[in-house]
Amino acid sequence: MYKYASPKNFYALAGRLVPWLGTITLLLFVFGLYLGLYVAPPDYQQGDSYRIMFIHVPAAWMSMFVYVLMAGAGLVGLVWNIKLADMLATASAPIGASLTLMALVTGSLWGKPTWGTYWVWDARLTSELFLFFLYLGFIALQAAIDDPRRSARAGAVLALVGVVDIPIIHFSVIWWNTLHQPASIGSLGKIIAPTIYPTMLHPLLIMSLAFFLFFFTVVLIRMRGEILARERHTGWVMQIVRSDANAPEARP
Amino acid sequence: MTWHTFFAMGGYADYVWSAYGFATVVLLWNIASAVHRRRAVMKMLRELALAEQTPKESAAQHYVH
Repeated sequence: MYKYASPKNFYALAGRLVPWLGTITLLLFVFGLYLGLYVAPPDYQQGDSYRIMFIHVPAAWMSMFVYVLMAGAGLVGLVWNIKLADMLATASAPIGASLTLMALVTGSLWGKPTWGTYWVWDARLTSELFLFFLYLGFIALQAAIDDPRRSARAGAVLALVGVVDIPIIHFSVIWWNTLHQPASIGSLGKIIAPTIYPTMLHPLLIMSLAFFLFFFTVVLIRMRGEILARERHTGWVMQIVRSDANAPEARP
Repeated sequence: MTWHTFFAMGGYADYVWSAYGFATVVLLWNIASAVHRRRAVMKMLRELALAEQTPKESAAQHYVH
Protein backbone atom coordinates (compact mmCIF):
# COMPACT_ATOMS: atom_id res chain seq x y z
CA MET A 1 0.00 0.00 0.00
CA TYR A 2 2.79 2.37 0.98
CA LYS A 3 4.40 2.26 -2.45
CA TYR A 4 1.37 4.04 -3.95
CA ALA A 5 2.38 7.14 -2.01
CA SER A 6 4.92 7.84 -4.76
CA PRO A 7 3.46 9.99 -7.56
CA LYS A 8 4.68 7.55 -10.22
CA ASN A 9 2.90 4.52 -8.76
CA PHE A 10 -0.15 6.55 -7.81
CA TYR A 11 -0.44 7.82 -11.39
CA ALA A 12 -0.54 4.25 -12.70
CA LEU A 13 -2.92 3.04 -9.98
CA ALA A 14 -5.30 5.96 -10.53
CA GLY A 15 -5.28 5.27 -14.26
CA ARG A 16 -6.38 1.70 -13.64
CA LEU A 17 -9.04 2.67 -11.05
CA VAL A 18 -10.78 5.41 -13.04
CA PRO A 19 -12.61 3.17 -15.58
CA TRP A 20 -13.87 0.84 -12.81
CA LEU A 21 -14.95 3.61 -10.48
CA GLY A 22 -16.55 5.46 -13.37
CA THR A 23 -18.56 2.41 -14.43
CA ILE A 24 -19.79 1.67 -10.89
CA THR A 25 -20.69 5.35 -10.46
CA LEU A 26 -22.71 5.38 -13.68
CA LEU A 27 -24.61 2.22 -12.70
CA LEU A 28 -25.38 3.66 -9.26
CA PHE A 29 -26.65 6.90 -10.83
CA VAL A 30 -28.94 4.98 -13.21
CA PHE A 31 -30.30 2.78 -10.40
CA GLY A 32 -30.63 5.68 -7.95
CA LEU A 33 -32.44 7.87 -10.47
CA TYR A 34 -34.79 5.02 -11.39
CA LEU A 35 -35.70 4.48 -7.73
CA GLY A 36 -35.84 8.18 -6.90
CA LEU A 37 -37.74 9.52 -9.90
CA TYR A 38 -39.88 6.55 -10.83
CA VAL A 39 -40.32 4.01 -8.01
CA ALA A 40 -40.53 6.30 -4.95
CA PRO A 41 -44.06 7.62 -4.32
CA PRO A 42 -44.82 11.36 -4.11
CA ASP A 43 -44.51 12.91 -0.65
CA TYR A 44 -47.82 13.37 1.16
CA GLN A 45 -47.01 17.05 1.88
CA GLN A 46 -44.62 18.14 -0.85
CA GLY A 47 -45.87 16.07 -3.78
CA ASP A 48 -43.17 15.40 -6.36
CA SER A 49 -41.07 18.46 -5.51
CA TYR A 50 -39.30 16.52 -2.74
CA ARG A 51 -37.53 14.46 -5.46
CA ILE A 52 -35.00 17.30 -5.63
CA MET A 53 -33.79 15.87 -2.31
CA PHE A 54 -32.11 12.97 -4.14
CA ILE A 55 -29.55 15.35 -5.64
CA HIS A 56 -29.69 18.20 -3.13
CA VAL A 57 -28.83 16.17 -0.03
CA PRO A 58 -25.94 14.17 -1.58
CA ALA A 59 -24.51 17.38 -3.09
CA ALA A 60 -24.73 19.14 0.29
CA TRP A 61 -23.14 16.20 2.12
CA MET A 62 -20.35 16.03 -0.43
CA SER A 63 -19.78 19.80 -0.27
CA MET A 64 -18.83 19.35 3.39
CA PHE A 65 -17.04 16.01 3.04
CA VAL A 66 -14.85 17.29 0.20
CA TYR A 67 -13.98 20.39 2.18
CA VAL A 68 -12.90 18.38 5.23
CA LEU A 69 -10.90 16.06 2.96
CA MET A 70 -9.29 19.06 1.27
CA ALA A 71 -8.36 20.67 4.59
CA GLY A 72 -7.13 17.32 5.95
CA ALA A 73 -5.00 16.71 2.86
CA GLY A 74 -3.70 20.26 3.16
CA LEU A 75 -2.72 19.58 6.76
CA VAL A 76 -0.91 16.36 5.83
CA GLY A 77 0.94 18.23 3.08
CA LEU A 78 1.79 21.03 5.48
CA VAL A 79 3.09 18.82 8.29
CA TRP A 80 4.71 15.90 6.45
CA ASN A 81 5.40 17.64 3.15
CA ILE A 82 3.74 14.90 1.10
CA LYS A 83 3.27 16.06 -2.48
CA LEU A 84 0.36 13.72 -3.22
CA ALA A 85 -1.60 15.21 -0.30
CA ASP A 86 -1.07 18.70 -1.72
CA MET A 87 -2.24 17.49 -5.11
CA LEU A 88 -5.32 15.88 -3.55
CA ALA A 89 -6.22 19.20 -1.91
CA THR A 90 -5.73 21.14 -5.15
CA ALA A 91 -7.67 18.58 -7.20
CA SER A 92 -10.57 18.50 -4.71
CA ALA A 93 -11.25 22.23 -4.68
CA PRO A 94 -13.01 22.72 -8.05
CA ILE A 95 -15.10 19.57 -7.54
CA GLY A 96 -16.09 20.67 -4.05
CA ALA A 97 -16.92 24.17 -5.27
CA SER A 98 -19.13 22.82 -8.05
CA LEU A 99 -20.97 20.46 -5.68
CA THR A 100 -21.53 23.33 -3.23
CA LEU A 101 -23.01 25.38 -6.05
CA MET A 102 -25.18 22.38 -6.95
CA ALA A 103 -26.43 22.13 -3.35
CA LEU A 104 -27.24 25.86 -3.34
CA VAL A 105 -29.03 25.90 -6.70
CA THR A 106 -31.03 22.69 -6.19
CA GLY A 107 -31.89 23.84 -2.67
CA SER A 108 -33.11 27.12 -4.07
CA LEU A 109 -35.25 25.30 -6.63
CA TRP A 110 -36.68 23.16 -3.85
CA GLY A 111 -37.21 26.15 -1.58
CA LYS A 112 -39.44 28.04 -4.01
CA PRO A 113 -42.33 25.53 -4.12
CA THR A 114 -41.83 24.47 -0.47
CA TRP A 115 -41.16 27.74 1.37
CA GLY A 116 -42.36 30.19 -1.27
CA THR A 117 -38.91 31.74 -1.74
CA TYR A 118 -35.73 30.91 -3.66
CA TRP A 119 -33.49 32.34 -1.00
CA VAL A 120 -33.51 33.38 2.63
CA TRP A 121 -30.56 34.54 4.73
CA ASP A 122 -30.95 31.89 7.37
CA ALA A 123 -27.99 30.24 9.09
CA ARG A 124 -27.96 27.06 7.01
CA LEU A 125 -28.13 28.76 3.61
CA THR A 126 -25.73 31.54 4.55
CA SER A 127 -23.09 29.20 5.97
CA GLU A 128 -23.34 26.98 2.87
CA LEU A 129 -22.92 30.04 0.64
CA PHE A 130 -19.88 30.96 2.72
CA LEU A 131 -18.49 27.47 2.06
CA PHE A 132 -18.76 28.18 -1.69
CA PHE A 133 -16.72 31.36 -1.20
CA LEU A 134 -14.14 29.43 0.84
CA TYR A 135 -13.65 27.07 -2.09
CA LEU A 136 -13.37 29.98 -4.52
CA GLY A 137 -10.90 31.69 -2.20
CA PHE A 138 -8.78 28.53 -2.04
CA ILE A 139 -8.76 28.19 -5.84
CA ALA A 140 -7.96 31.88 -6.39
CA LEU A 141 -5.20 31.87 -3.78
CA GLN A 142 -3.51 28.79 -5.22
CA ALA A 143 -3.81 30.15 -8.75
CA ALA A 144 -2.17 33.41 -7.67
CA ILE A 145 1.01 31.75 -6.36
CA ASP A 146 3.34 30.27 -8.97
CA ASP A 147 5.68 28.30 -6.72
CA PRO A 148 3.91 24.93 -6.14
CA ARG A 149 5.10 24.46 -2.55
CA ARG A 150 4.19 27.97 -1.42
CA SER A 151 0.89 27.67 -3.26
CA ALA A 152 0.10 24.40 -1.47
CA ARG A 153 1.02 25.85 1.93
CA ALA A 154 -1.06 28.99 1.49
CA GLY A 155 -4.05 26.95 0.32
CA ALA A 156 -3.73 24.55 3.24
CA VAL A 157 -3.71 27.37 5.79
CA LEU A 158 -6.79 28.96 4.23
CA ALA A 159 -8.59 25.60 4.09
CA LEU A 160 -7.77 24.87 7.74
CA VAL A 161 -8.99 28.26 8.94
CA GLY A 162 -12.19 27.84 6.94
CA VAL A 163 -12.93 24.42 8.40
CA VAL A 164 -14.79 26.13 11.29
CA ASP A 165 -17.61 26.69 8.79
CA ILE A 166 -18.30 22.95 8.59
CA PRO A 167 -19.70 22.45 12.15
CA ILE A 168 -21.56 25.74 11.70
CA ILE A 169 -23.29 24.37 8.59
CA HIS A 170 -24.01 21.06 10.27
CA PHE A 171 -25.41 22.42 13.52
CA SER A 172 -27.02 25.56 12.05
CA VAL A 173 -30.45 23.90 11.90
CA ILE A 174 -30.17 23.03 15.60
CA TRP A 175 -28.49 26.15 17.00
CA TRP A 176 -30.65 28.65 15.16
CA ASN A 177 -34.29 28.79 14.25
CA THR A 178 -33.86 28.25 10.52
CA LEU A 179 -36.35 27.94 7.70
CA HIS A 180 -34.27 24.96 6.55
CA GLN A 181 -35.50 21.71 8.07
CA PRO A 182 -33.33 19.67 10.47
CA ALA A 183 -31.61 16.57 9.15
CA SER A 184 -33.77 13.53 8.41
CA ILE A 185 -30.72 11.29 8.41
CA GLY A 186 -28.07 12.67 10.71
CA SER A 187 -26.79 9.53 12.33
CA LEU A 188 -26.39 5.84 11.77
CA GLY A 189 -29.29 5.30 14.17
CA LYS A 190 -31.63 7.06 11.77
CA ILE A 191 -30.47 4.84 8.91
CA ILE A 192 -31.15 1.70 10.93
CA ALA A 193 -34.44 3.07 12.30
CA PRO A 194 -35.26 5.66 9.63
CA THR A 195 -37.66 8.54 9.98
CA ILE A 196 -38.37 8.44 6.25
CA TYR A 197 -39.83 5.58 4.22
CA PRO A 198 -37.45 2.97 2.75
CA THR A 199 -38.78 3.76 -0.75
CA MET A 200 -37.41 7.29 -0.26
CA LEU A 201 -34.39 6.37 1.89
CA HIS A 202 -32.93 3.80 -0.52
CA PRO A 203 -32.63 6.09 -3.55
CA LEU A 204 -31.16 8.76 -1.27
CA LEU A 205 -28.46 6.39 -0.01
CA ILE A 206 -27.72 5.07 -3.50
CA MET A 207 -27.49 8.57 -4.94
CA SER A 208 -25.19 9.55 -2.07
CA LEU A 209 -22.91 6.62 -2.82
CA ALA A 210 -23.00 7.58 -6.51
CA PHE A 211 -21.95 11.16 -5.67
CA PHE A 212 -19.23 9.84 -3.37
CA LEU A 213 -17.74 7.58 -6.04
CA PHE A 214 -18.22 10.29 -8.65
CA PHE A 215 -16.02 12.58 -6.59
CA PHE A 216 -13.30 9.95 -6.33
CA THR A 217 -13.42 9.21 -10.06
CA VAL A 218 -13.04 12.87 -10.98
CA VAL A 219 -10.47 13.64 -8.29
CA LEU A 220 -8.29 10.79 -9.56
CA ILE A 221 -8.41 12.15 -13.12
CA ARG A 222 -7.55 15.61 -11.80
CA MET A 223 -4.71 14.26 -9.67
CA ARG A 224 -3.24 12.53 -12.72
CA GLY A 225 -3.12 15.90 -14.44
CA GLU A 226 -1.56 17.51 -11.35
CA ILE A 227 1.05 14.75 -11.10
CA LEU A 228 2.07 15.17 -14.76
CA ALA A 229 2.37 18.93 -14.35
CA ARG A 230 4.34 18.87 -11.10
CA GLU A 231 6.55 15.87 -11.91
CA ARG A 232 7.24 16.97 -15.48
CA HIS A 233 11.00 17.09 -14.97
CA THR A 234 11.23 13.46 -13.89
CA GLY A 235 12.31 10.69 -16.22
CA TRP A 236 9.17 8.62 -15.86
CA VAL A 237 6.88 11.51 -16.89
CA MET A 238 9.08 12.25 -19.91
CA GLN A 239 8.83 8.60 -20.85
CA ILE A 240 5.01 8.70 -20.59
CA VAL A 241 4.95 11.86 -22.69
CA ARG A 242 7.03 10.22 -25.42
CA SER A 243 4.90 7.06 -25.49
CA ASP A 244 1.72 9.14 -25.31
CA ALA A 245 2.75 10.99 -28.46
CA ASN A 246 1.86 7.83 -30.39
CA ALA A 247 -1.64 7.43 -28.90
CA PRO A 248 -2.55 10.80 -27.37
CA GLU A 249 -6.29 10.25 -27.02
CA ALA A 250 -6.18 6.78 -25.50
CA ARG A 251 -6.33 7.58 -21.78
CA PRO A 252 -8.63 9.82 -19.73
CA MET B 1 -47.64 5.79 -15.08
CA THR B 2 -47.52 7.42 -18.49
CA TRP B 3 -44.58 9.44 -19.78
CA HIS B 4 -46.75 12.51 -19.59
CA THR B 5 -47.48 12.19 -15.87
CA PHE B 6 -43.84 11.25 -15.26
CA PHE B 7 -42.56 14.44 -16.88
CA ALA B 8 -45.30 16.54 -15.27
CA MET B 9 -43.92 15.70 -11.79
CA GLY B 10 -47.25 16.44 -10.15
CA GLY B 11 -47.11 20.07 -11.30
CA TYR B 12 -43.54 20.61 -10.06
CA ALA B 13 -41.91 19.86 -13.41
CA ASP B 14 -40.19 23.26 -13.68
CA TYR B 15 -38.46 22.96 -10.32
CA VAL B 16 -37.64 19.26 -10.43
CA TRP B 17 -36.28 19.21 -14.00
CA SER B 18 -34.40 22.49 -13.58
CA ALA B 19 -32.69 21.03 -10.50
CA TYR B 20 -31.86 17.76 -12.24
CA GLY B 21 -30.78 19.61 -15.37
CA PHE B 22 -28.44 21.83 -13.40
CA ALA B 23 -27.03 18.83 -11.53
CA THR B 24 -26.37 17.08 -14.86
CA VAL B 25 -24.53 20.12 -16.21
CA VAL B 26 -22.36 20.30 -13.06
CA LEU B 27 -21.49 16.59 -13.20
CA LEU B 28 -20.64 16.72 -16.91
CA TRP B 29 -18.56 19.87 -16.39
CA ASN B 30 -16.56 18.03 -13.73
CA ILE B 31 -15.71 15.17 -16.08
CA ALA B 32 -14.96 17.44 -19.03
CA SER B 33 -12.72 19.84 -17.13
CA ALA B 34 -10.80 17.04 -15.37
CA VAL B 35 -10.13 15.20 -18.64
CA HIS B 36 -9.37 18.43 -20.48
CA ARG B 37 -6.90 19.55 -17.81
CA ARG B 38 -4.93 16.29 -17.99
CA ARG B 39 -4.88 16.36 -21.80
CA ALA B 40 -3.80 20.00 -21.83
CA VAL B 41 -0.86 19.18 -19.55
CA MET B 42 0.05 16.21 -21.73
CA LYS B 43 -0.14 18.30 -24.91
CA MET B 44 2.03 20.98 -23.37
CA LEU B 45 4.63 18.44 -22.23
CA ARG B 46 4.68 16.87 -25.67
CA GLU B 47 5.35 20.25 -27.27
CA LEU B 48 8.09 20.85 -24.70
CA ALA B 49 9.68 17.50 -25.51
CA LEU B 50 9.54 18.27 -29.25
CA ALA B 51 11.04 21.70 -28.67
CA GLU B 52 13.96 20.15 -26.81
CA GLN B 53 14.67 17.85 -29.71
CA THR B 54 14.96 20.75 -32.12
CA PRO B 55 17.73 23.32 -31.55
CA LYS B 56 15.29 26.25 -31.55
CA GLU B 57 14.13 27.57 -28.17
CA SER B 58 10.40 27.29 -27.67
CA ALA B 59 7.92 29.57 -25.96
CA ALA B 60 6.48 26.45 -24.33
CA GLN B 61 9.38 26.48 -21.90
CA HIS B 62 7.86 29.45 -20.14
CA TYR B 63 4.96 27.30 -18.98
CA VAL B 64 4.83 27.34 -15.19
CA HIS B 65 2.44 24.73 -13.87
